[in-house]
Amino acid sequence: MTTSSATAGISQATLTHLQRLEAESIHIMREVVANAENPVMLYSVGKDSACMLHLAKKAFYPAPPPFPLLHVDTTWKFRAMYDLRDKAAKDAGMDLIVHHNPEALEKGINPFDHGPLHTDMWKTEGLKQALTKYDFDVAFGGARRDEEKSRAKERVFSFRSANHRWDPKNQRPELWKLYNTRKSKGESIRVFPISNWTELDIWQYIHLEGIEIVPLYFSEPRPTVERNGLLLMVDDERFPLLPGETPEMRSIRFRTLGCYPLTGAVESNARTLPEVIQEMLLTTTSERQGRAIDHDQSASMEKKKQEGYF
Amino acid sequence: MTTEMNAGTQNPVYVTDALIAEDIDAYLLKHQHKTMLRFITCGSVDDGKSTLIGRLLYDTKMIFEDQLASLEKDSKAVGTQGGEIDFALLVDGLAAEREQGITIDVAYRFFATEKRKFIVADTPGHEQYTRNMVTGASTADLAVILIDARQGVLTQTRRHSYLVQLLGIRNVVLAINKMDLVGYSQERFYEIVKDYSHFAKQIGMEAFLPIPISGLKGDNIATKSHEMSWYQGPTLLQHLEEAPINDTRMLDQSFRMAVQWVNRPNLDFRGFAGQIGAGVVRPGDAIRVLPSGKTTTVKSIPTFDGDLDQAIAGQSVTLTFADEIDCSRGDVIVQADAPCEVADQFEATVVWMDEHAMLPGRPYLLKIGTQTVTATVTEPKYEVNVNTLEHLASKTLGLNAIGVVNISTDRAIPFEAYATNPDLGGFILIDRMTNATVAAGMIHFALRRSQNIHWQAVDVNREAHAALKNQKARVVWFTGLSGSGKSTIANLVEKKLHALGKHTFLLDGDNVRHGLNRDLGFTDADRVENIRRVGEVAKLMTDAGLIVLTAFISPFRSERRMVRDLMAPGEFMEVWVNTPLEVAEARDVKGLYKKARSGQLKNFTGIDSPYEAPELAELTVNTVELTAEEAAERIVQAILAG
Repeated sequence: MTTSSATAGISQATLTHLQRLEAESIHIMREVVANAENPVMLYSVGKDSACMLHLAKKAFYPAPPPFPLLHVDTTWKFRAMYDLRDKAAKDAGMDLIVHHNPEALEKGINPFDHGPLHTDMWKTEGLKQALTKYDFDVAFGGARRDEEKSRAKERVFSFRSANHRWDPKNQRPELWKLYNTRKSKGESIRVFPISNWTELDIWQYIHLEGIEIVPLYFSEPRPTVERNGLLLMVDDERFPLLPGETPEMRSIRFRTLGCYPLTGAVESNARTLPEVIQEMLLTTTSERQGRAIDHDQSASMEKKKQEGYF
Repeated sequence: MTTEMNAGTQNPVYVTDALIAEDIDAYLLKHQHKTMLRFITCGSVDDGKSTLIGRLLYDTKMIFEDQLASLEKDSKAVGTQGGEIDFALLVDGLAAEREQGITIDVAYRFFATEKRKFIVADTPGHEQYTRNMVTGASTADLAVILIDARQGVLTQTRRHSYLVQLLGIRNVVLAINKMDLVGYSQERFYEIVKDYSHFAKQIGMEAFLPIPISGLKGDNIATKSHEMSWYQGPTLLQHLEEAPINDTRMLDQSFRMAVQWVNRPNLDFRGFAGQIGAGVVRPGDAIRVLPSGKTTTVKSIPTFDGDLDQAIAGQSVTLTFADEIDCSRGDVIVQADAPCEVADQFEATVVWMDEHAMLPGRPYLLKIGTQTVTATVTEPKYEVNVNTLEHLASKTLGLNAIGVVNISTDRAIPFEAYATNPDLGGFILIDRMTNATVAAGMIHFALRRSQNIHWQAVDVNREAHAALKNQKARVVWFTGLSGSGKSTIANLVEKKLHALGKHTFLLDGDNVRHGLNRDLGFTDADRVENIRRVGEVAKLMTDAGLIVLTAFISPFRSERRMVRDLMAPGEFMEVWVNTPLEVAEARDVKGLYKKARSGQLKNFTGIDSPYEAPELAELTVNTVELTAEEAAERIVQAILAG
C-alpha cells in the first residue's frame, strides 16, 4: 500500500480530482466550525465515515477536530465495527458519544422480529433523540449524492425543521461555495461534506491515504446463511436460524456496513484494498443493493429522509 | 442490450480499461492523476437533456445491472419512448418530479472516464427555474447548451446562453440534439450554427463549440457518429475530457485567500485556514491582510502530511505568519505588492431568488468570500428581460428577475470583479428575518463615490451637544397598528419631557409624509424607504443631542432593526403600542379601517398588509389595560431611567 498523500508535494499545476474533492470537503467542514454553536460528526464506522473523519483531521490540523463523534447505535452492528469505532475516536483525539434509543432498548426492537420498525426506532428516532438531547445544531453526515436519486438533489447544507423534517421543495439555493449557514430558532442543519464523492473516489482515497477501515470490507471465510436473496453473516449468537438453516463458511466481504442482519455480503476473493477496488470496478450491481432498507418501497429513501433519517 | 445500443461503434477509449483486470496497481496509479470537470446542461424537457445525461452515464458504464433492470421495468411502465429504454428516468430523482415528468430542482450526477471525473449539474430549463440554473452554473467549468435540431435557436436558448455568459462560464458547447430526427442533415446543422453565432456575438460570447448529436441513439456522445461522417470535430465526451478547468485559469493570477477560520490549538500555534482562490503561495512570500493592509511574510504551510513548499488555487490550506498581526475570519490574504480593492459601494448584477420581491433600502446580509456584512440595495438601474435581453425600467426585482443595482455595505470589504475572480466577486443576499438565501450577485466594479465621500470631522461632537442640554440623546420608537394610539401617547410623552426641561422632537408619520416623504406611497418598497429616511433624520437629531420621539406604524421588523443598528448602543428604545386589531379597528379614529375594509384603501397594515410584532421591544404598553396617560408616564420613567 502506498503512503503518499493526496496533497503532499504538489508539483503539477492542476489538482487531481481527489485533491479537489478533498479541498471542497475541508472547506465545508471549516465553514461549519466557524459558524456553528455546537456541531457534531455522525460516525457510522463505515468507509464513508472513515473518509469523513480523516478529512476532518486534515481540516483542523494541528488541532484535533473541534467537535465530538456521535454513533447512533442499534446494538446490531457487526462486532468488528464496535472495535474500530472506539479505536478511531481515540486515535483522532475526539470524544465519542454513543446513543441507544432507550425505548427501542426496552422493547427489545430487533431486525428479525420488527422489520422496518427496527430502522425507524433505532436509527431515525435514535438520531433525533441524540441531536435533541445534546442540543447539537449542526451534524455532519457521510451521505453521498451518487448513492441514491433523492440524495442527488439534497444540498450540502440541508436544513431540518424543529421536529427534524426535511422539505425537499424548500431548499436554499447553494451558489459557488457560499453556504448560507444561518438557521432559525429550533432549526438544525445536516451537513454532507462528501456529497460530491463517488464510491470509487472513496475507495481510491482510502487507498492513497492509507485510511484504516473495518476488516469486513475485505474477503475472508465467514459463517453465512442465504435468506431472501441476501447473503447474511451470522455475526453472533443472537442470529435466529430458521428450520433447516445451517451457517455455511463462505469467502465473503461487504460493500456497505450496517446492522449485520440487514446487510448483504458478496462472495469475493478480494483480500486487499486494490483487489476490492478491482472487484468494484468490474462489478455489475450498485452499492446499495446490499441494503434491505431501500427495497421497502419505491422512493423509500426520500420518504425516510423527510421523516428525519439521515 | 449493450451491443444493440452501440451497434459496433464502441470507441476503444471508453471500453473498460484492460488494466483493471490485469494490473490493478498500475490502474490505480494512473487514476490518481485524473482531473475533475464540473459542467451544467441547459435545455428544457423537450430538448432531451435528461436523455443526454442518462446516455452519458450509460456510455461511461456508470449504470449497474440492477439499475438497468429497474430502468427497463420503469421504461415500460412510465417511459415516454414507447417501451424502449427511457434514459430520462435515470436522472429524474424526486417522487414528485417522476410523476410530473419534469425536473424541478438542481441534481448532481457523477461519471468518469479514463481521464476525468465529471460532475454534472442537471437543472430545469423553464423560465420559472432560472434560479436553479444559476445555482447549477455557479460552480461549472463548462456549459452544454442543448438545442432541438427540429426547433433551432429558441427564446429559451437565448435565455440559457445569457445566464451562462452572466455566470462567467467560458467553455460553451452547443449540442444540437435529435439529429436523427432531421435525417442527420449537415445543412440543418450549419443553419443553426449560423443563427447561434449571430446571437452569441450579441451577448459577447467569445467562442463556442457546436456538436451535432443524438442523445437517444448515442451519435457523437461517446462514439463518433457513422451517420454524420461530415462532422470532423470531437465527440461530446472527447471535448469534455479536454476542456480547460477554472482552477487552472485562477492559477495565473495574484495570490488571494479568504480566511475561513483561525486555528489556535495552543499558545504556540496560530494558523489561518482557507481555500486558495487564486495564485500560488510559498513560505517566505510577502503578503498583506485586507482590509487592514497589514503586511508580513508566510512562515509555513503546515498540513497533516507535513509542511508544503507551495500551495495553489483550489487547495484548502492553513498558513502561519512570520509576525503576529491581526487577521480573522472574513479577512482576505493577498500578495503584498498586488492587493485587491477594498470598497463599500458597488455596481452588481443581481439574480433574485425569493418569492418575496427585493425591497430597495431594506438591509440584507451579504455573504462574500468568508465574510458576512449588512448591505442595502438601491432600486434597479434596469431589469434585464432574460428572453429578449432588453433593459426594462423597474422599481424592484421579483422571483427569477435579473437586474443591475448599486449595493452599499456597512463596512468596506476586499473584493474583485466577478469576471476576474468569482471567489471574491460573487455574493449571496440573505434575508435577516427568514434567513432565506434571496439573491445571488456578481460585482462589476466599486463605485467611485465610495472613495470620494469622506466623513467631515466636526469639533463640536454629539457628546458635546447632549452635554449642553444636560441629557442623553435617545430615539424612542413607537410602533403599532394604525389607530393603536402611537401619536396620542407620543404627544403626551413629549409634553411631560418638555415640562421636565428636556429637549425633544416628535417625528410623526402623517406629518413626515406631507414633506420629506411626500414622494412615497404605501407599497412594501415605499414603506421601507419611508422608515429608512426617518431613521436617518432621527440619527442626525440624536447627533444634535435631542430626545427624538417617532410615531410610525413601521410594520416590518427588518426596518426597525435597521434603525436600531444606525444608533449608538443603548440609544434606541422600541416601544410597542400593543393594541389588538379589533380594538384599533373599533376606534377607527381616522376612518381608515372602514376604507380599507371596503377596498378603497390598499396595502393597509393589519388588513391586507402584514404587521410584524416586535421581538426586541424595550417596552410594551397595552392600551386596553392602560390609559394613554398611564402609558405615557411609564414611558417617561423608562426614558429618564435609561
